[in-house]
Amino acid sequence: MKEKVEILSCEVQKEENPYKPERARIVRKYDLTNDVRFFQVRICNPEKVMEWTTNYKPGQFMMLSIPNAGEAPFSITSSPTRPGVFEFSIRKVGRLTGKLFELKENDFVWLRGPFGNGFPVERMWGKDLLFVAGGLGAAPLRSVLLYALDNRERFGKMYYLYGAKTPEEVLFKNEFEEMLQRDDFECHLTVDKDPEGNWPYDIGVVTTQFKYVKDIDVNNTAAIVCGPPVMYKYVIQEFLELGISEENIYMTLERKMKCGMGKCGQCVVGHKYTCIDGPVFTLWDVKTIRNLI
Amino acid sequence: MRVFKMKKGNIVPFLRSLEEFGEVWGPVKKGDNYVYAHEDPEKFDLSALRTLIPAKKFFLPQKSTILKFKNGNWYTHSDCKKRVIFGLHPCDIHALNIYDEFYTRVYEDPYYKSNKEATLIIGLSCLPDEHCFCNLTDTSTVEKGFDLFFTELEDKFLVWVGSPRGDDILAKRSDMVEDITKEDIKDYIEWRKRRENMFKVDLSFTGLPEIVSASYDSDIWDKMGSACLSCGTCTMVCPTCTCFDVEDEYDIRADEMNRNRKWYSCMFREYSLVAGGHNFREARAERLRLWYTHKLVGFMSEYGDPACVGCGRCVVSCPVGINVLSIVRALTGEKNDAFWAKTEVKQI
Repeated sequence: MKEKVEILSCEVQKEENPYKPERARIVRKYDLTNDVRFFQVRICNPEKVMEWTTNYKPGQFMMLSIPNAGEAPFSITSSPTRPGVFEFSIRKVGRLTGKLFELKENDFVWLRGPFGNGFPVERMWGKDLLFVAGGLGAAPLRSVLLYALDNRERFGKMYYLYGAKTPEEVLFKNEFEEMLQRDDFECHLTVDKDPEGNWPYDIGVVTTQFKYVKDIDVNNTAAIVCGPPVMYKYVIQEFLELGISEENIYMTLERKMKCGMGKCGQCVVGHKYTCIDGPVFTLWDVKTIRNLI
Repeated sequence: MRVFKMKKGNIVPFLRSLEEFGEVWGPVKKGDNYVYAHEDPEKFDLSALRTLIPAKKFFLPQKSTILKFKNGNWYTHSDCKKRVIFGLHPCDIHALNIYDEFYTRVYEDPYYKSNKEATLIIGLSCLPDEHCFCNLTDTSTVEKGFDLFFTELEDKFLVWVGSPRGDDILAKRSDMVEDITKEDIKDYIEWRKRRENMFKVDLSFTGLPEIVSASYDSDIWDKMGSACLSCGTCTMVCPTCTCFDVEDEYDIRADEMNRNRKWYSCMFREYSLVAGGHNFREARAERLRLWYTHKLVGFMSEYGDPACVGCGRCVVSCPVGINVLSIVRALTGEKNDAFWAKTEVKQI
């Protein structure tokens, strides 16, 4: 009788399975607007807390899941310069976020990541920065804004222009009001409409705020935009009119994603996968890969 | 590469003997189609060309549980099985090589990897029918991606050894194979020539990436889109389609939650729908354009080869005649009367 020979193996890698989420605790949450909530989340495994929260790039995202409700990508709102927790600003729009809004402090969520290319922050060192955010676009931009503020001496002039539909929909209102006091960078807030009539700042779409942008070195400026799809065209037009080159105009985009690792294919655009080739793209990418915005 | 020869009568006993390593699967006829089945190798049809569903299903199953959630923790779950798959043709193996590159790049997919390691791949030569065009996609012969490859000549098989595992197996079955002679090589060359002359599809794939890129705004997509049923058949039968969806499923009896992944199709409307209701590819024409751009341009810039292996599955499967041949014909300006006649159907 011949001895049974094992030529094939059936072992699946369990320890380093990138699909397996890590447990995290909601340590703080509060409403930013009537449908957007801020979540501060801490990885439960103490050995991983600092490793995970210092080693990511502004602009990256995480896959957040709740068993039975599913998993979806959310951009990180916090900055690796302020480690210890991950922060997210999440709008209630579907099944998963609906379930998430039912959770209380000390409840668990599960995280995988971080994924995505993030902003090339090192390449922006020494440059003037021009941020333009619209609505919920302030969430991913807060990560790179905080990063820039925490490394203030590495950057030139800084402008932050933020537009929301109404005063009620302004995210991080207190934070921005504090920032208005700073004299080392310029922050401008605007709303499209002010039904209550209490808004102390400008009224008008975000592109009207470009009038405040003066004295930037257009040949040495990184422009960053994030907002609803309809906004990009107009903001990009303003960037180009200022004379900023296509490769220095950055935007972060959203797509449906189920893996975050360039496999499931749902975030595909042309031949690029938003999860690994993005979500941060330059205007040059957008022009070459059609259908990105 | 080491090459041996095997008598025709030895193939069934040889395949049967491989059951000791894992389940032996091969092509059998079912209805009008061929499918891979775990049957006695005597039932395998060596003349089978394309199976309805390609061999990708062994590496990325139509539906599989990847994680289980029980008592507050996630556990890795795998349905991996040891298998020997017989009857893969050069196009099938080329497609698996693309799969391999795709599923191990940047992040290695642990489920794919274990399925791959658990599977012996035994190729089999084929003679093309009128829908085969692997000669145009440069995938009519194969040098890697198999453990053993059988070329069926008139009175014998030539067996190419493609991996150490394949060599180990033949070493244990040395009584079933013999060394090749000059005569065998001559027979093989004759066979190759005969096979090369059997391809019937007359078309050129030269310069396609540039042509497809330049045709982004072409009305061809709208025309094809108006005929497309969004059924997703093309993506299911395509051996290089890799997309999947992930969903959670609660198992009441076991009181546990399964996180499953299952095949998904970019032809479906929901595919590019994001939270809040914005759809990046609402029109069928946009979804078709994505698929063909991805196949004919995308993989080219990522891997240097198109993702079409010329198997002809989309050609025989699409209910309205949209396939890589009709698209390439339309894009390269060739009039394809049969197809254009079909698109005269009114807008759905």
